[in-house]
Amino acid sequence: MLKLNGLKLLHYKNSQDAGTVEMPVPKAVRIPMVQHMGAPCVPVVKPGERVLAGQLIGDSDQAFSVPVHSSVSGTVKAIEDYVSSSGALVKRVVIETDQVQEEIPHAPRTANTQAELVKAARDAGLAGLGGAGFPTHIKLNYKDVDRVDALVINAAECEPYITSDYREMLECPDDILNGVKTVMKCLNIQKAWIGIEDNKPEAISLLNQKTAGTNIKVEALKSIYPQGAEKVLIYNTTGRIIEEGEIPADKGVIVMNVTTVANLWRFLQTGMPLTHKRVTIDGSVVKKPMNVRVPLGTMVSDLLDFAGVDKDQVKKALMGGPMMGTPLDTLDTPIIKNNNAILLLDEKDAAPPKTTACIKCGRCADVCPMNLLPAQLEKAFDREDAETLETLKVNLCINCGSCTYVCPAKRNLAQKNQLAKGFLKRKNQG
Amino acid sequence: MSQLIVSPSPHIRSERTTRNIMLDVIIALCPAVIASVILFGWRAFLIEAVCVASCVLIEYLCRLLMKREQTIGDLSAVVTGLLLALNLPVTIPMWVAVFGCFIAIAVTKQLFGGIGQNFANPAIAARVILLASFGGYMTNFTAPFDYSGVDAVASATPLALLAGGADAVASASSAAGGAQLPSLMQMFLGVKAGCIGEVSALALLMGGVYLVARRVIKPITPLVFIGAVFVFSGILGADPVYQILSGGLMIGAIFMATDYATTPTTNWGKAVFGLGAGLLTVLIRQYGNYPEGVSFAILLMNILTPQIDKLLTRKPLGGKKVEKHA
Repeated sequence: MLKLNGLKLLHYKNSQDAGTVEMPVPKAVRIPMVQHMGAPCVPVVKPGERVLAGQLIGDSDQAFSVPVHSSVSGTVKAIEDYVSSSGALVKRVVIETDQVQEEIPHAPRTANTQAELVKAARDAGLAGLGGAGFPTHIKLNYKDVDRVDALVINAAECEPYITSDYREMLECPDDILNGVKTVMKCLNIQKAWIGIEDNKPEAISLLNQKTAGTNIKVEALKSIYPQGAEKVLIYNTTGRIIEEGEIPADKGVIVMNVTTVANLWRFLQTGMPLTHKRVTIDGSVVKKPMNVRVPLGTMVSDLLDFAGVDKDQVKKALMGGPMMGTPLDTLDTPIIKNNNAILLLDEKDAAPPKTTACIKCGRCADVCPMNLLPAQLEKAFDREDAETLETLKVNLCINCGSCTYVCPAKRNLAQKNQLAKGFLKRKNQG
Repeated sequence: MSQLIVSPSPHIRSERTTRNIMLDVIIALCPAVIASVILFGWRAFLIEAVCVASCVLIEYLCRLLMKREQTIGDLSAVVTGLLLALNLPVTIPMWVAVFGCFIAIAVTKQLFGGIGQNFANPAIAARVILLASFGGYMTNFTAPFDYSGVDAVASATPLALLAGGADAVASASSAAGGAQLPSLMQMFLGVKAGCIGEVSALALLMGGVYLVARRVIKPITPLVFIGAVFVFSGILGADPVYQILSGGLMIGAIFMATDYATTPTTNWGKAVFGLGAGLLTVLIRQYGNYPEGVSFAILLMNILTPQIDKLLTRKPLGGKKVEKHA
């Protein structure tokens, strides 16, 4: 069997034993109208209005979008524009909290069919919580329900530092399993895998116990980055290769993040949409690594005050892991659904290294999970050679960053691939 | 609060740098350097020092002249100087050695754009040009443990003796009082005439094991290269064990055929490179005008490397064939 390339990283799972701590509701939250991949929501509340926790505050008539709910009870103070960490201009609803946390009326739901499951996922405000933020209801709403026969739960958590999914597995294993069973029932899926990297033996043995006698298989995956990348995970669990231009459902697979599937179950149990997210706080500045359950829309700076982090030491702040995380330009950035970690790096860890000439050592190609040739792609992009970029399949790059990580010349190969994708897109649009 | 640094992901990098790769190669060459001094005396060390200093100085001047960023800190010029020195006989006039350094660094490396851009291995190219230009100096070998340097008594290399060069045997035997082929153990340890750094298979293998252990090189190329020489020599009726311990095969296969810039990237490409170099080495040794063919074989395969890389390119995971535009 083909073995995919990958990378051995130091894990830095310093926060793995830090049980989830609930963050008290801050004075104010600023809830963005985009916390997912897709169309932004339009605010459905006005300044001055009182809102309750779990209340719908933003929605969209576009299919490819996810509704936004208030994480707190309080008063809408303003609707303001801000530039998100991805560079987009986004509206956010500023809510001054009343500390009561009064919730909207809610009641348990049932889901027995694909349509009911899709509706539940949308009403729950679920987007892929592992990082990509793909709308869950879109993922579950594929045509021809019998096409998919395999469910893969992504619990690899292959990025260094992050342990928020790991804590989900240790703290809420029953939510995960009930969620998996519900998805399997509604979509008539016969077999499920839960893929976990083998650096989490406790989670593996706990879930193994719980899944005994079911058709859910806990797959202990080698701790080789990027094990949690969708195509890599599908291959290493089901053995199926997602071809260029295909979505996993084309090969009969859907992949869901482990925390997403647990939250789907919790919504069915309570009828309360997603209002909080577990976030790992770690990095060289952080003295006491933590896992914190944070109300969505909480400012990173408020979170750091709660976690006792010295903000003056922070020279780089990442949303997500060190391999694929997004650097923040300011700590006044709200926590959103697909955040799983805030990493805070000091001067030494923050400075990008100096780039030197490519020595053609081939390390980038050796680690590329998609079997691409990053050094050649970089040269093709630099000379604006669209044909070579297409022949060498730059569009298959998943931006895992492995090539940049290993490069002894410290070249920004992964970044060049992203620029090359944009270049090809513009070129093909004419 | 101060400004936050924003840079593209990933935000962590491996410890490997070009400089520490080159440092590992230098460390791996240390046994060969020590062996050269033991076998050929302090002049061997002097040649090494002169070549390293010349290569670094020439690289510095080239970069200065071309108004490019200085690169001597990456230590690649040190590696080239050391490799070239180890490929010279102990009797080499210093000006010839320095001329070789100029060919290696200025012509082969810097004129093509510096590190990573050269199509041929600088030390190999320099050795081949010196061999063609100063054949006499380049083949003026002496016996080991004769520490009289330039004035040492001439001695033939085992390959020259095997090549049936009657002259070589005759002149060597008259001068050195009988030329006998060294034993296999002498061949392995390096007790034989030859270039100062190529003779000791033991020292070179130690370096090779270090480079593989440090993951600086993959063992594919050296194994296929040496294996091919073994097999093809055997087919052509030569003693295969003797052949793989002879001439520049060990230093060539371990240190020159594994040069990143001038050899194929993929594992299959490396295997093809090793096979081709091995076959060419044997053909030159058996049928060529020169008794030794490793340098020529590697140089020829360097030239074929872009074609090998193109033919043996890899298939991206799940990638579909691109329709050729008409």
